[in-house]
Amino acid sequence: MNSKKAEMAEQFISAIPHCKALGMKLTGIGDGFAEMELPYDLRIVGDPETGVLHGGAVSALMDTCCGAAAMSHPASPATTATIDLRIDYMRAATPGQTIRTRAECYHITRSVAFVRATALDDDPDRPVATAAGAFTVGGLK
Amino acid sequence: MSFKRPEPVQVVKQRRDGALNALVHGVPYVQFLGIEFDRRGDELTALMPFDEKLIGNPMLPALHGGAIAGFLETTAVIGLAWSVLWEDIESGNIDTEELAIGHLPRLPKTIDFNVDYLRSGLPRDAYARAKVNRSGRRYASVHVEAWQDQRGKLFAQATGHFLMPVGEDD
Repeated sequence: MNSKKAEMAEQFISAIPHCKALGMKLTGIGDGFAEMELPYDLRIVGDPETGVLHGGAVSALMDTCCGAAAMSHPASPATTATIDLRIDYMRAATPGQTIRTRAECYHITRSVAFVRATALDDDPDRPVATAAGAFTVGGLK
Repeated sequence: MSFKRPEPVQVVKQRRDGALNALVHGVPYVQFLGIEFDRRGDELTALMPFDEKLIGNPMLPALHGGAIAGFLETTAVIGLAWSVLWEDIESGNIDTEELAIGHLPRLPKTIDFNVDYLRSGLPRDAYARAKVNRSGRRYASVHVEAWQDQRGKLFAQATGHFLMPVGEDD
């Protein structure tokens, strides 16, 4: 993937209102993979007693990152929609830490892109969550 | 003859709405998405009013899949917590005044959550209802349906598994 395409992808993602509202950042993108970050924010806490982020915010990060990985695949026309996404929550993310995720599109057909992702906080050996999903190749319908 | 007069309707409503309010408004992320709950008896309908910050595709425009997932997960967790709390709220085992000042019961934890996106989310209000298919001592399974204009035309559905909070006596 050339740097022009990567720059376009970054602009595209930073223009998504929901991603902007959550403060998500694209930190890397290449052929069939993407990396993103979600900074810790008190507005998206799911458990006020512990300060742990809500699973929904982690879902949004992983959904966006998986979509970006699907779109960045050389065989993709650079537009996609989520068909389904499954998230497994392994443990609570440590309060105060940025969540990082990397998604890869490990298989693509004419109609479907298969993507998986892992989310980490500052401990790289114990994932916070994993995701697996199917995405459309091109728009819906 | 012992006959217990039913409580006045306002007392019943206040207790139930107070408990629900505490549950919903105590979570920052639920506030961030702007989710509210409508209660009819013990039946809850979640409502996510449209907001610009929920948009994931500005071209269409369509709601963000992550916002939809967050909406469905919230509906499932609150619905599950509510179904477990209901007995305690009704019998007075739970002090709703304590709930109101932020002493929330521990909420169920999501183990996994699987969302099907059936059609793109329109830039409009969205509604969802959760159905607790199994609720055991440790694990629960919940299904959620979400729609916008027509109840029968779902735009997303989800199934999730949850770990129940450990009680005092465990």
